[in-house]
Amino acid sequence: MPEQLTAPAPTTEKPEPDAPPQTVRLQPTKGFSRVLAPRELWRYRDLAFQLAARDVTIRYRQTFFGAAWAILQPVALMIVFAIIGAAAGISSDGLPRGLFGLAALVPWTFFASAFLLGSESLVLNQALVAKIYFPRIFIPAAVVAAGCFDLVISTTLLIVIVFIYGLANGMLLSAATLTLPFLAAIAVMTALGAGTALSAVNVRYRDVRYIVPFATQMWFFLTPVFYPNSSLSEPLRTLSAINPMVGVVEGFRWALLDGGGHAPLTLMAISAASAALLLVGALAYFDRVERSFADLI
Amino acid sequence: MSYTAIQAEELGKSYRLGLSAAYGSLRESISEGMRKAVGRGRGPVETTRRDVLWALRDVSFSIESGEAIGLIGHNGAGKSTLLKLLSRIVEPTEGWAEVTGRVGSLLEVGTGFHPELTGRENVFLNGAILGMRRAEIRSRFDEIVEFASMERFLDTPVKRYSSGMQVRLAFAVAAHLEPEILLVDEVLAVGDAAFQRKSLAKMAEVARAGSTVVFVSHNLATIQALCERAILLEQGKVIADAPVEEAVSGYLRSLERAATTDLLDRPDRDGRAWRTSQVRRIGIYDGESGEADVIIGGRSAKIVLEVTKVLPMMECQVTILNNLGTPIVTFDSELSAPTDRRDGELGERIECEIESLPLVPGRYRIDFVLKGSQEIQDGLQAAAFFDVEPGIVDGRPIAPAGADGDISLRHSWHLPA
Repeated sequence: MPEQLTAPAPTTEKPEPDAPPQTVRLQPTKGFSRVLAPRELWRYRDLAFQLAARDVTIRYRQTFFGAAWAILQPVALMIVFAIIGAAAGISSDGLPRGLFGLAALVPWTFFASAFLLGSESLVLNQALVAKIYFPRIFIPAAVVAAGCFDLVISTTLLIVIVFIYGLANGMLLSAATLTLPFLAAIAVMTALGAGTALSAVNVRYRDVRYIVPFATQMWFFLTPVFYPNSSLSEPLRTLSAINPMVGVVEGFRWALLDGGGHAPLTLMAISAASAALLLVGALAYFDRVERSFADLI
Repeated sequence: MSYTAIQAEELGKSYRLGLSAAYGSLRESISEGMRKAVGRGRGPVETTRRDVLWALRDVSFSIESGEAIGLIGHNGAGKSTLLKLLSRIVEPTEGWAEVTGRVGSLLEVGTGFHPELTGRENVFLNGAILGMRRAEIRSRFDEIVEFASMERFLDTPVKRYSSGMQVRLAFAVAAHLEPEILLVDEVLAVGDAAFQRKSLAKMAEVARAGSTVVFVSHNLATIQALCERAILLEQGKVIADAPVEEAVSGYLRSLERAATTDLLDRPDRDGRAWRTSQVRRIGIYDGESGEADVIIGGRSAKIVLEVTKVLPMMECQVTILNNLGTPIVTFDSELSAPTDRRDGELGERIECEIESLPLVPGRYRIDFVLKGSQEIQDGLQAAAFFDVEPGIVDGRPIAPAGADGDISLRHSWHLPA
């Protein structure tokens, strides 16, 4: 969609009421336009906020457990994994098996749900896309933002659980815990990248509806959630970090459970770079196809 | 101080027709891509040119700030496409436009209302969607709620509202938008009459307050009331850009011209793209003389439609409108009565018998919607025109042409002697 602001003067934060109104030129665009137009995103910030607020609000409305679902889901899975893992003799890197699973499941659950909801978001908001103009990136971004709200809750509870466990077992949280926001940021970039790209594909090809659940499952097996990354042999062990969730999951474990141990810095660095690349690629793709959304949706 | 609010130069928008162009599954695209690669552009590639529809082409105009402009034209003439272009929802295929000022577009009432959110939450969400700042919404919140008159339901989820309440709240939000340019697409045709009047008054107020208004409506009376100037579109092109009276009469002429062409040739119809039944012919006949297209006011009349195919559960809705597009009366077979019947003898005909059509003399038009197999099959505005000659209702002459109102009713007076 056309998005070239021809007003040459830099806009001030709050335009004076009698300042000449801004002119927007509408024309067929070539190349990149909107996502790389931060001024436009800033202009619609209130809408971005309202959409995110909506997605947070409706997430648990009319549910009994409410936001507790953010931690109930990973905890339920953790119990299953702990039982199966012990029975099958899967290594947990010498860490307490339950926490080994939970530390990975918290970021994974965030990612899986943000990815799924993100990829559906544009199609679910058809009416908005077809009837109103605003930077469309806000729709998948709002879903991921609402997921972040959950992630903060579940991570906080995770820290509390680890802390209580540590009190009983003489295992203390280390300074490594402070890297959690950075690790969470990798997970957010990954979810935003994957969700944004597939939401855009979904506008044109509804095949995405069938691909995403299946892709999430594959992704899950490629991520060391119920097995440790150390069970892979080199070079696969390091290369696997191209999947950004590998660095996130291993990083979460290290930050919370193994702070004294060897930091998986290489994994984290590769994953961070990979997530950033995914996000940039996804935004560029989104930007290219955004202009045709209203025609196709 | 006035400036050019909207300047459009040779604006054009094309769409690719056909299901695969718009939706299509990945498989279709892949196989299409392979065919192109292997066949070097043989075969289906040639068809693509034919499948392009120009919804709008070579559209140029200029609108000064503070002007109120009506966009008129048949269905499919490109009015809605033009509004979507100007509000930046879709991108032009060619040409350009410059829009100066904050744009508020109302292409639909209540876009973005979320059923799970409460009225209060939806006011904020919808306000933001329409482009209002949060502070703005907060400062006008009470006004909005009062306009919609629903203080009591503010904290109830909108899904428990009646549809009328939803529309009222949605319009209340929209009405408090204060854009420099307001683009409106016939959203006023919602709600009860009192609310419509309130909405219309609000629109006029916005226009008077100096905003630029571009307004799409089929109701020419509304257009004439609100706008000084109108742009008439026909098949994606500007036919007239003139003072409202002139543009409106141009539109009326084009409606009449369209009505004389064979109905099946009309491109401006509603309904599914792959209709299975269409209306081939429609006519209105005087019940006594049997004469077509001329009715004596107050006499019985019969509207006859011929369809191309008889489907199960056929239903039909016919509306008579006055010369300015104000609907006078609707006959709807879905609101059934004991006198209705389904009759195999009719063949492909649908008939509506009217005991008395007490219209004021003048020219009227007929719109219809045809349903069958529980779907809308066909619909046309201005499918036919007819004249009403002076007549009598229950012994009393019908008011002459030009009187207030369009119909007469049986009545009697009791006056002091």
